[in-house]
Amino acid sequence: MLQRSGRMLGFALGMTGAAALVAGVSSAAMAEFQPQKPIEFVVMAGKGGGADKAVRFLQSIMAKENLASVPVIPVNKGGGSGAEALVYMKGKTGDDHTIMFTLNSFYTTPLRQPELGVDITTFTPVMRMAEDTFCLWVNVESGIDNIDGFVKAAKAKGKDWIMAGTGKASEDNLLTDYLNTAYGLEMKYVPYKGGGAVAKELAGKNADSTVNNPSEQEPFFKVGDASNKTKPIACFTPEPIYEGVPTFKDQGKDFVYFMQRSVVGAPGMSAEAAAYYQDLFTRVFNAKDWQAYRVKQKLQGDPLSGDALMAYWKKENEVHRGMLKEMGEIK
Amino acid sequence: MMEIISLLGHGFVVALQPLNLVLIIVGCAFGLFIGAMPGLGSVNGVAILLPLTFLVPPDGAIIFLCAIYYGAMYGGAISSIMLGIPGASTAVATTFDGRPLAKQGLADKALTAAAVASFVGGSISVVLFTFFAPPLAHIALTFGSQETFALMLLAFATFVGLGGDDIAKTIFSICIGLVLAAVGLDIITGRPRLIFGDISGFMHGINFLVLAIGIYGIGEMLWTVEENAKAGGKSMLSEAVITVDRIKNNVIELMGTWKTMLMGSLLGYFVGILPAAGATPGSLMAYGFAKQMSKHPETFGKGNIEGVVAPETANNAASTGSMLPMMTLGIPGSPTTAILLGGMVIWGLEPGPRLFTSNPDFVWGLIASLYVANLFALILNILFIPAFIWVLKMPFTILAPIILTLCLVGGYAPTQDMHDVWLMLIFGLVGYLMRKLDYPVAPAVLAIVLGPLTEPALRQSLLISGGDPMTFFYRPYSGPIMVIALILLLLPALPPLYRMVTGSGKKKASDSA
Amino acid sequence: MGWRLAGSLAISGRPFIGQKTMTVRTAELLMGLVMAVLSAYFMWKSAELPIFWVKGVGPGGGAWPFWLSAAMLASTIWILFKWVRRVGPVATNEDPLFEPGMFTPVAMVALALTGCIALVEGIGIGGFKGIGFYGALPLFIFFYLKVIGSHTWVSTITTAIVVPVLTFVFFEVLLQISLPKGMTEPLFLPIFAFIYSL
Repeated sequence: MLQRSGRMLGFALGMTGAAALVAGVSSAAMAEFQPQKPIEFVVMAGKGGGADKAVRFLQSIMAKENLASVPVIPVNKGGGSGAEALVYMKGKTGDDHTIMFTLNSFYTTPLRQPELGVDITTFTPVMRMAEDTFCLWVNVESGIDNIDGFVKAAKAKGKDWIMAGTGKASEDNLLTDYLNTAYGLEMKYVPYKGGGAVAKELAGKNADSTVNNPSEQEPFFKVGDASNKTKPIACFTPEPIYEGVPTFKDQGKDFVYFMQRSVVGAPGMSAEAAAYYQDLFTRVFNAKDWQAYRVKQKLQGDPLSGDALMAYWKKENEVHRGMLKEMGEIK
Repeated sequence: MMEIISLLGHGFVVALQPLNLVLIIVGCAFGLFIGAMPGLGSVNGVAILLPLTFLVPPDGAIIFLCAIYYGAMYGGAISSIMLGIPGASTAVATTFDGRPLAKQGLADKALTAAAVASFVGGSISVVLFTFFAPPLAHIALTFGSQETFALMLLAFATFVGLGGDDIAKTIFSICIGLVLAAVGLDIITGRPRLIFGDISGFMHGINFLVLAIGIYGIGEMLWTVEENAKAGGKSMLSEAVITVDRIKNNVIELMGTWKTMLMGSLLGYFVGILPAAGATPGSLMAYGFAKQMSKHPETFGKGNIEGVVAPETANNAASTGSMLPMMTLGIPGSPTTAILLGGMVIWGLEPGPRLFTSNPDFVWGLIASLYVANLFALILNILFIPAFIWVLKMPFTILAPIILTLCLVGGYAPTQDMHDVWLMLIFGLVGYLMRKLDYPVAPAVLAIVLGPLTEPALRQSLLISGGDPMTFFYRPYSGPIMVIALILLLLPALPPLYRMVTGSGKKKASDSA
Repeated sequence: MGWRLAGSLAISGRPFIGQKTMTVRTAELLMGLVMAVLSAYFMWKSAELPIFWVKGVGPGGGAWPFWLSAAMLASTIWILFKWVRRVGPVATNEDPLFEPGMFTPVAMVALALTGCIALVEGIGIGGFKGIGFYGALPLFIFFYLKVIGSHTWVSTITTAIVVPVLTFVFFEVLLQISLPKGMTEPLFLPIFAFIYSL
């Protein structure tokens, strides 16, 4: 089990030599970066989850439009709510062929586990591809039509009201805590492994509500169909995303929450490589398929890259620090 | 009924289009190959080829991916039987009897049985799928964590008799498997857990494959090296012959196992439908039930053909079953179907009951292609058997390093972390020594497969019920399953208890590894 | 097919110290003790999270592994108890754990495998970053075929080249799973350049 430290140690020493060799092979590449080998696209989640599906979709766009000269290969490092992926990226410091697809665990995991020694401001900002949205969902048979009805029903059930969500101290948990505080509720948060499982628990009436992403819950939201088992009550967005479904802002609670879907480069990536990936993902962002996917999955958020993305991270990091403190997860 | 048949006929028209037919055959062959490699399974095949499917129309694409899924299910049995290494968790139970058969020089019999059983399981389940899809999907939807836990308990219960006679060592083996399964992250508190030595490689937990390839791959090779040295370097990995006559006789012999096949198919199908379960518990339970139903349970684990037939029918039936919640509800029953689901969304198809009305071409084309894929997978598999037999005839000292190479890259591939290769080596060495000391290793492998499904279900249920353990008995589905599981668990505990009281240390009867 | 080194190594058939050969009974004791210590370590490690029933929640985060490790410990104590009382076929078995000449071949394969894995990424000694799978595998296969298997040079070298090449084609090209390459990485860049220019 020495290989971990071995890798770290060996890496720093070896990088200098490898860099010299690479430079010898292609001195022209220093001016304008071109990938020399397959690009590793690290996913902070396991195979088959929401982030994984998005990465494989991005990969397929790159393959279809022939945007990259080498294959872009998804590598799943889903361990420890993204901790494994973050530590892995830290170990890849200075690597020009490793990028990562991140979620909000990019902020929460290093905050909750300072012992990882991960500083997200050292990572290379590439491109924010979207911001995923959240809504409050209930089962159609619950008879709840609006937020007042929801609050009434949840208050009546007290601690027996089950809110299903993805993982502890995750986005879903933060939103649940917010609702509990804002409306004086005592909903019980039950963590499940993925958004798909959460959606199913609500549809099968094993949970009373969820704060799922539309992309995860929508298979059970089809008005006028037998699969219409769940419905949105209100959304955590600035503008309504479903007709007739208000936002929490409309309800007098000034609260908006998104999940970032961004591409991050390894810490210490060369400026040329960072420019290459920024350009690559700008083209992916503008691809017809990605635009269609954004509409379909109810994704929002303009593209952000470079310093603007870093500024966004710093801002969001502080927001999450505050939320986790309130939750009692960190001091 | 007539309507379904005419829709299915239309589906065959779609499936038998030249392009789709080619895709089915190529997909089956590729899947067979991927499935036969230790460490790689249908998840890898489907995930890797997903982007390529943009080159063909959506119905062709999903047919291709499903053919890979199917082919891999067939292929998983190949490495289980020939090398004793389960390539995927769904093929674990196949090693229990498939490997002993191969060692007795009956690899062809086991391979034929696996192929035919897979075909039967696949076919029966496709028929069930054709006629009973939507109503079953709705039952599956109501399954919550309580039901999942009850089902897992039932899976454990069917395996009570799997260990050796030494109860202490069997308990030890189950417990270490369950503890290793708990490494990584505690889902309920979101806290890292059992990160030994703060090594980041433990964060992703201990993959079942690392333990399985370690014990069954490396451990088994060391075992064979020793046997080989004992035999003066003469023994082959397995003796093997193949003739047309033998295949014919094998198939005829299989007719006698129809009951097991039917049981495996039905069990596999129904367990496969349940969103959380998937094919692995299905195949394990089918093996356990086949053993308990058998008139000669003591021959299981020593090369009983029914021990190959039961899990193989069940895992194929379950793989069809797990497509049901995917298509009708949009819930994946396994990581592979999750990726298939992602594919469907990418291609602009919306899973759900509406899919049956809005894209009948797609749905029925897919169902028909499952029939066709089954047939081709069977044919390909039978055709490849001579090639596999030829491989087994290579000198051991050439085959051994090749198999060990497969183990090394197979241990690396799922997580792409050398940490897991080191762990695999440790499991292999320790597993080998434990086996020499009559520790049963199969229970540990089963436990590490079922553990990650069991513990979260237990904790979620208790969290929901506010800590009331009776929650498992109050619900309409979990209640009866719990009762059956508890009865099964307690029944076999009586004779060993009796033996223990009388204090006899009888010779260990079976070695399921 | 001979174990060529078998005769030349003094430890042949006598694992561990000196001239005394370890019996199955002794091995059973050692394994029981090691596993008891391991179980205790698992219990200690599990206790980082709550191990008792949390009111209204059910078992704490460390409870599942803790109590299962406790069961592991209990079963090792049971095994050791049976060892002391000389109950069961293993605890009473005074045969050597390895029959004469059996230890060396097994140990050689185990060591070759360990060496091969250590070479892939290095083990952190001297900043050696390993020679990758494609460097270590040919060496391992060469050692196995030539030294352990006493095969001819032709079949040894053919296998040592063909297996890694097939591995490369299958994993890197077909499946797009990259295996670690360590310091051999630069050698692969022209190969990748060639493949992706196709």
